[in-house]
Amino acid sequence: MRLLPLAVFAALVCLLAFGIHWNEHHEMTEVPSPLIGKPAPDFTLPYLYEADKTLSRSELLGKPYVLNVFGSWCPTCQYEHPILTDSVKKLGIKLVGLDWRDDPDDAKRWLAQFGNPYDAVITDRDGRAGIDFGVYMAPESFLVDAQGMIRYKRIGMFTPELVRSELLPRIAELAKPLQATP
Amino acid sequence: MFPELGQFALVLALLLAFVQCALPIYGAWRGNAVLIGVARPAVAGQAVFVALAFGLLTHAFVTQDFSVAYVAQNSNLSLPWYYRFPAVWGAHEGSLLLWVLILNIWSVAVAALSRRLPDALMARVLGVLGFISFGFLLFTILTSNPFLRHIPALADGNDLNPILQDPGLIMHPPMLYTGYVGFSVAFAFGIASLLGGELDVAWVRWARPWTNVAWAFLTLGISLGSWWAYYVLGWGGWWFWDPVENASFMPWLVGTALIHSQAVTEKRGSFRAWTLLLSIFAFSLSLLGTFLVRSGVLTSVHAFASDPKRGMFILAFLGVVVGGSLLIYALRAPKIAGGKPFHLLSRETLLLVNNLMFACAAAMVLLGTLYPLIGDALDAGRISVGPPYFGFMFVLLMLPIACLLPLGPFFRWATADWRATWRALRPALAVAIVAAVVAKMLTRDLPLRGVAGVAASLWVALGIALYALRRWRDAPRGKRYTPEMLGMIAAHFGVALFLAGVLGTEATSVERDLRLAPNEKVDIGGLDFRFRGVERKPGPNYLADEGTIEVSRDDKLITTLHPQKRQYSGGGQIQTISDIDPGLFRDLYVALGEPLDQGAWAVRVYVKPFVRWIWLGGLCMMLGGFLAAADRRFRTLPERSELAAREAMPKLAEAKA
Repeated sequence: MRLLPLAVFAALVCLLAFGIHWNEHHEMTEVPSPLIGKPAPDFTLPYLYEADKTLSRSELLGKPYVLNVFGSWCPTCQYEHPILTDSVKKLGIKLVGLDWRDDPDDAKRWLAQFGNPYDAVITDRDGRAGIDFGVYMAPESFLVDAQGMIRYKRIGMFTPELVRSELLPRIAELAKPLQATP
Repeated sequence: MFPELGQFALVLALLLAFVQCALPIYGAWRGNAVLIGVARPAVAGQAVFVALAFGLLTHAFVTQDFSVAYVAQNSNLSLPWYYRFPAVWGAHEGSLLLWVLILNIWSVAVAALSRRLPDALMARVLGVLGFISFGFLLFTILTSNPFLRHIPALADGNDLNPILQDPGLIMHPPMLYTGYVGFSVAFAFGIASLLGGELDVAWVRWARPWTNVAWAFLTLGISLGSWWAYYVLGWGGWWFWDPVENASFMPWLVGTALIHSQAVTEKRGSFRAWTLLLSIFAFSLSLLGTFLVRSGVLTSVHAFASDPKRGMFILAFLGVVVGGSLLIYALRAPKIAGGKPFHLLSRETLLLVNNLMFACAAAMVLLGTLYPLIGDALDAGRISVGPPYFGFMFVLLMLPIACLLPLGPFFRWATADWRATWRALRPALAVAIVAAVVAKMLTRDLPLRGVAGVAASLWVALGIALYALRRWRDAPRGKRYTPEMLGMIAAHFGVALFLAGVLGTEATSVERDLRLAPNEKVDIGGLDFRFRGVERKPGPNYLADEGTIEVSRDDKLITTLHPQKRQYSGGGQIQTISDIDPGLFRDLYVALGEPLDQGAWAVRVYVKPFVRWIWLGGLCMMLGGFLAAADRRFRTLPERSELAAREAMPKLAEAKA
């Protein structure tokens, strides 16, 4: 009984040490995803606002877009939200929202409250498309080119600097075909 | 040269911290008066050098010495002079130095104001504080030196994060840290009494005012942070259950439990072991908060640039401090016994419930905050639990608190007279219920939360008012209210204000996101909002799009609001500045979204009734903490006979068992 607080604390320290270890070995934002340079996984998902209609990968071909994975349950998405609205949208690229593992009504309420920066919002309620894309947390963003290739992935939220230093140059590169970039 | 001097001052402070820790504790153990006497001068010396280092860093910011890397990263030439001071603590290194500075201010205050306490105890208290300071100074020097040079010097710096360029932020971190760090004093008293084996209750009496003051500062810091988030972040929210907010909230919850359990221990001798544990927990959670914010283990807006080396260092330090204190506790705890027996219906029971609920709430927040980590550890994927979890659990745990709070002052120690309490509180309960019913009848669409808000806040406020009234009637003049009691009344009244604010604003806020063309008018909650368009305006270090919105009722102009969207020249960052017409009963809150076609803008318009009561409640609680700490009773030594009587009780209880 006397040792209980100490034991609980020891477990906590182990967990935190694991957290540091995990962070060190998962340089989440720097290690490129294996999906980069590969075609985006195929998907056909219902729209959030018109649940009877769907959007598929092939319908998006022909124009580049940013696929942003979000959820109304995700606090970091709330912080990313004004940055999407203010910075990403200004880039003039199509922004597709993937509402991931979320209740559609919650998502609608969330978008109504904070504003909807997306050109289209699709829902992935059971998270299957998320698995295909290798999503392991929200928010995540994918830059997909006109040929449907994933050109860049960002795990975690965008900041205005990251939009400028990472997303912007990649969008500029889109004009060039994929083979030109080694 | 100045930055090197700062570096030098930090190293000297580190050495003095070591002296302040090692010699007095050894001296107290050996009974060596000379070594014990080292404590106070060492405290003073360390504080001088830390203050010098802090002053020199401030000097580097004010004179814009961009050869210092930290200054170059966090300010630039166009930064107005009044933001160069808070820029000192605008990022990891400087805020850590602020942490150490505040710890030193607390140490100096303890050393100066506790001259009447036994020397050995004071030596141990200051020694423990010295140890904490040593750890943090070492951390600063090894991993986060704010004086590192960047040679050749940069022509211009980066920028202070624009989100931090705000008056609210000048005060928020210092107040928060003062509270955070202040729990180190209660912690030091607890550890000192464990080290010395003096497990009587005297230390609790001396620690009480310090705990109350720390708690009051933390309350102020959290309230300021919440208020700042409300008007700066542009979403009109006041609490987000962000990991870093949670990091400051957990010590507050445990600190709230601690100030109540200290009262029991000091007055009745009960809950001694529990009070000790809470003193350890409150400060441990402050350290844990520091770890979570600075290690990058959890992602958050507040996150400082993360560095695994820093995470490892704080974790090791956390392990030594908390692990060490829990070990000492485990070794010494069997000797802690006693307290006077109490009946099921008694003030002790109520305070026990309070303690359990607050401790559970802190554990709940801790679990929720660490959830993503636990998910990783179990290989279940990174899971984030959001406001739904926290909101639901927190309300569940705080419900008993709100219901039982007014009973507290009316219940007597040891055994309470249930009927007398019932008679005394009947009017409060009746008024609360009637008012809730009337509110429901007047506004049919009032949600349940609103009804609950009316009932709960009136029940708490009237319950406390009835107690104040009874003291006024029954107690003789001059002895009616002690500062301690006034503090209790003020803080509990703050709870009532807070409840009214939270439940009122959650139940009745109107939040609209609109597309408004110039001169378009919209009617929200009986008010006309007319959008007059957007103009471009330059600021000292930014360019702003400023909207003009006229608010009127029945064609009478109430106010004109000017929300802005700023683009800062330094980093090109964009910052939304909402404009608010504040009022005691409602806030009108307007923020600019993004520009749409043909001069139209997306505009967020919120009408938030009672939102200010949330922070008024916080201020009232803070006032209560300060008032209670001012009680002169805490500054006197307990009388010998009183102490002896208190010591005799547990022994009797043991003998019986």
